[in-house]
Amino acid sequence: MDLLEYQGKQLFGRYGIPVSPGAAVTTVDEAVATAEGLGYPVVVKAQVLVGGRGKAGGVKLAADVDEIRTHASNILGMDIKGHRVDVVWIEKASDIAEEYYASFTLDRAAKQHLGMLSAQGGVEIEQVADENPDAIARIHVNPVDGLSEVDCRAWVEAAQLNPAATEGAVDILLKLYEAYTEGDADLCEINPLILTPDGRVHALDAKVTLDDNAVFRHPDYEQYDAIQLRDEREQAAHDKGLQYVGLDGFVGVIANGAGLAMSTVDIVNQVGGKPANFLDIGGGANADVMAGALEVINNDPNVRSIFINIFGGITKGEEVANGIVQALARVKIDSPIVIRLDGTNADEGRAILAPHLSDRLQLQPTMLDAARSAVELAGGASA
Amino acid sequence: MSIFVDETTKVVYQGLTGSQGRFYGLLNKKYGTKVVAGTNPKKAGTDVEGIPVFASVADAVAETGATASCVFIPAPGVKDAVLDAARGGVKFIVVITEGVPAHDEAWFYNELRRDFPDVRLLGPNCPGIISPGKANIGITAGHIAKAGGPVGIVSRSGTLTYQALYELAQKDIGVTTCVGIGGDPVPGTSFIDCLAAFEADDETKAVMMIGEIGGSAEEEAAAFIASNMSKPVVSYVAGVTAPAGKKMGHAGAIISGSKGTAQAKMDALREAGVKVGLNPTEAGELMAEVIKELGLS
Repeated sequence: MDLLEYQGKQLFGRYGIPVSPGAAVTTVDEAVATAEGLGYPVVVKAQVLVGGRGKAGGVKLAADVDEIRTHASNILGMDIKGHRVDVVWIEKASDIAEEYYASFTLDRAAKQHLGMLSAQGGVEIEQVADENPDAIARIHVNPVDGLSEVDCRAWVEAAQLNPAATEGAVDILLKLYEAYTEGDADLCEINPLILTPDGRVHALDAKVTLDDNAVFRHPDYEQYDAIQLRDEREQAAHDKGLQYVGLDGFVGVIANGAGLAMSTVDIVNQVGGKPANFLDIGGGANADVMAGALEVINNDPNVRSIFINIFGGITKGEEVANGIVQALARVKIDSPIVIRLDGTNADEGRAILAPHLSDRLQLQPTMLDAARSAVELAGGASA
Repeated sequence: MSIFVDETTKVVYQGLTGSQGRFYGLLNKKYGTKVVAGTNPKKAGTDVEGIPVFASVADAVAETGATASCVFIPAPGVKDAVLDAARGGVKFIVVITEGVPAHDEAWFYNELRRDFPDVRLLGPNCPGIISPGKANIGITAGHIAKAGGPVGIVSRSGTLTYQALYELAQKDIGVTTCVGIGGDPVPGTSFIDCLAAFEADDETKAVMMIGEIGGSAEEEAAAFIASNMSKPVVSYVAGVTAPAGKKMGHAGAIISGSKGTAQAKMDALREAGVKVGLNPTEAGELMAEVIKELGLS
């Protein structure tokens, strides 16, 4: 899960990484009070998880009380790519001599942690990576060894920052690695990491993604769950504990297993349809889970047909079929449904479904047949 | 032949006394797997339907000669369980558990490589491994697989693994070994490890490889196939039409930029001479053609 900038800075602060003094506020009056306390100039920054907030006018410099009032009232409540700004971060403006980029993430190919550091921060780092990959100094860190000061220093020197930044950068990067590992982050990124004219190095931004799987070690991370970007459908599915991703099509998809669900989305596209979602109900397919999945899909106004794709492994076909029948008895579904049921005891499962079949509840023998029927029932292929 | 496990493999189940461990441990035993022991420090000296429970893998190895372990311990305990298994002396560790933190995976992968280089880890978050007719370690429905070869399967996705076994069984094609490597960021065993083992296995004549979006494992496998594989490979990659940046179920299945897309993976595999199906059924049909061309059907 992703953290807002100020939450990332709070995490950094706990590890001793210098950040600008500031506060997160939700009202104009609080913004003004914070700015008065910090002293001008201050920066007002919209706290949203979507990118491009600067271009959208969500980051402003305020030189006095009138400006802070104006900017805070404009930015609070502002819509940035469909997301309302509820929180702004007010911090003391920094004098910037140079802007760098620094991050830690897991390099899956190398199976080690990867640190990246560049003297060309502050701009689109992906563009730098594309056009001038040598401008990014990389270091692989074996998780068993950790990052030593000697290796960290060599890495910083390889990045050719201003020599005045060396000591500060080494100190921050060692702390950033600690925050990244102890915090169970997928990503800890500082862009820009700045050098001030008086020779101090500090983090002007914070981008942190935490590993959902590590929440058991960090009970306080549960607070971040509520701010994650989910559309209405995704939130409803999340509340039911379903693995759901909203898409923009019209065929609702339910499958058991992430791979099969992805494959189902693919095959709907391949026969000319457009999937409304990805939904993985996991290995089993009991009535509760199936009913929850059908409810979420039924509430999506774009859905015109539903494709249930189940492969019975350990879970037997008759259990799956009973689950579907019971779920349908509980939830009233507006769209026609096509079922493909294969695998263990598929024949027994199909026999249980047989008396319930109609034009609006079809059973098809293969994934391909079922996908075609679902698209046809939705009114045919998309233009 | 089969790869990694066969009828002689003796397996200790870490977490045999838990509900999942018990269910699959007994199911695997019924399949014919040599399930020789379980572990639980608090229940040492007891048994699960006659399978003795020990305090540690080391004790289980000393008493039963176990050569492999299968981990059903909940995610918070997996790191310690993997170390317990490696220190205990088994040479093959299968971790079924899902939801293991990425930092733990990265740590024990590198720890094993350094201090236990002859130990193979499979998983975490994988369905396990089955050498049909010989041994089934994990959560695969054994009866959907036809024994005897000539095809080896390696897959990143659980349900698609079953789908692949089923497609082949429907066409009366047997399997030497089916390895589910799992979709997590740091899998203990890679596509390349399995491809190399299948290439060296006499009974395996062709390989089915099932990938999915995210990471670069399929591209790395394609490079390996181009330079090291003489046996034909058929592939399917799930997530062709997944939108960029959307995370679909698996921790590993995240698209970043163009790298990691199913299209990029399929292109790389085709360039390496792999026959790529657009869905699991098509991949099954392509494999049937390959088997026919090899004169094995």
